Amino acid sequence: MTGNITSLSLIETIEALKKGEFSEAELNKAYLDRIENLNPLLNAFLTVEKPQKGIPAAIKDIIVTKDIKTTAGSKILENFISPYNATVVEKLLEQGVSIIGKTNLDEFAMGSSGENSAYKAAKNPWNLDKVPGGSSSGSVVAVAADLAAFALGTDTGGSIRQPASLCGVVGLKPSYGRVSRYGSIAMASSLDQIGPITKTVTDARLVLEWISGADGYDNNCISSKLKPDPNRIGTGQIGFKNTMKNLKVGVPKEYFGEGLDHGVEDVIKKAIQKLEELGAEIVEISLPHTEYGVAVYYIVMSSEVSSNLARFDGVRFGLGRECFGAEAKRRIMLGTFSLSSGYYDDYFAKAAKVRTLIKQDFEQAFDPSTGSGCDIIVGPVSPTVAWNLGEKVDDPLKMYLSDAYTIPASLAGIPGISIPCGFSDGLPVGLQILGKYMDEETILDVAEVYEQNTEWRLRKPSIK
Amino acid sequence: MSITLTQVQKVAKLANLPLKDHELEKYSSQLNKILDYIDKLNQVETSGVEPTFNVTNLNNVFREDVPGKSLSQEEALKNAPLKDKGFFMTKGVFEE
Repeated sequence: MTGNITSLSLIETIEALKKGEFSEAELNKAYLDRIENLNPLLNAFLTVEKPQKGIPAAIKDIIVTKDIKTTAGSKILENFISPYNATVVEKLLEQGVSIIGKTNLDEFAMGSSGENSAYKAAKNPWNLDKVPGGSSSGSVVAVAADLAAFALGTDTGGSIRQPASLCGVVGLKPSYGRVSRYGSIAMASSLDQIGPITKTVTDARLVLEWISGADGYDNNCISSKLKPDPNRIGTGQIGFKNTMKNLKVGVPKEYFGEGLDHGVEDVIKKAIQKLEELGAEIVEISLPHTEYGVAVYYIVMSSEVSSNLARFDGVRFGLGRECFGAEAKRRIMLGTFSLSSGYYDDYFAKAAKVRTLIKQDFEQAFDPSTGSGCDIIVGPVSPTVAWNLGEKVDDPLKMYLSDAYTIPASLAGIPGISIPCGFSDGLPVGLQILGKYMDEETILDVAEVYEQNTEWRLRKPSIK
Repeated sequence: MSITLTQVQKVAKLANLPLKDHELEKYSSQLNKILDYIDKLNQVETSGVEPTFNVTNLNNVFREDVPGKSLSQEEALKNAPLKDKGFFMTKGVFEE
């Protein structure tokens, strides 16, 4: 049995522990052995702990952990040890989860490839010459390579969904306000959200249940805990008995235009066909302001970054501001400029208005009386599969455009999930499912039925 | 819209970022490229559109004014590079 321990999903792990098939000590040792062998190749972890009990989870190194170093992937925080745990960490510890390590990321969660880490860049387990995506690069690699039972990441413009797509795992960005961000080092406060990265959709649902709910420390998180109906968990039934009858699925035409790789497009179209075979009604919709998403995002996000990163002054914690990496500096500069006197109206205020239009696009698509009345929206997560390490590092704009399909949902605050739906050029492709604000249940239901009617999740990378 | 080297220097000062000359040059060229792209927002008609700063539309979330658990002085100072007698130490504000 011990040989297979690390390939089990979180739910399977919990069941096996209950049945006494192995002990928590054996579980942790199995994962630690695998980390020892594979982390030197993959650079998934920046810090490895040595837990002997609990269910081993990998935590993105921007989420603070008491007495364990938290670097945010930055040189500035190379020696930072938080005096407290993030709320999500406290909630996981209460569930008997152990922290097996802190995972690599683009510095302060800024990047789409993992290469902005101030430490060694993480690598894609499906092909070590490829990027894993970012910014939750290490968390996703850890799950894809079976180095942890599950992981937590953060998603500001796609940082959970995009690497999950590129590495073939499940990544869920909950609705803005579903999970408390207390203890997540802030990047862009109107967008940041913590979410699960898991081996299966059912696992993602369980982890969201564990980490969701208000704590009184994040005033945008007033939601109650996600309390799934026990009849739904793990059954994939959705009240429509393993079919998707009565489900209306919107396919935005703007997500299939110029820039979408043909191989990815084919895989996504087949996945949509599968949803139709399972009983869903597919309708083409329009999200007309999609093409402005990246421009809005880079103003709003950079402005919030410039404000949030002002706290790194080298007085209370961390090193001096000269230690920021190139991307952090670039975004601080762009944000400071767009907020500066004389430019605010042209940039920040303008972007905030176009953000309203992007949000209204989604409201329209979901509205049954005035709009398309969709239950969910599906499309690609990333316009391409994983690209070569180094390929886009000198062209920031090209890198930014790779987030064109994940950014709009972040701007609108709605939930989104990436689930494995096939391969192109031997690399994983993720299907993005977007839902109504605070309706994670429906996207999880659909994702779960899709997962149980396909075999993509059973494919594992052979790491070499 | 384009941004000049002098403006980039001013922005770096506002952002309290100590940038080297070659960085200032690099960022002026990169920021210009990014701002060119962002100019596409001007194609969008936004008169009469309210801005969105926060999707939750929450305002003034209050709590009871009761003291709760907080960090000890020792914990709060633990990560400070320079400290003295229970205080953070920093450069003098009025010195150049």
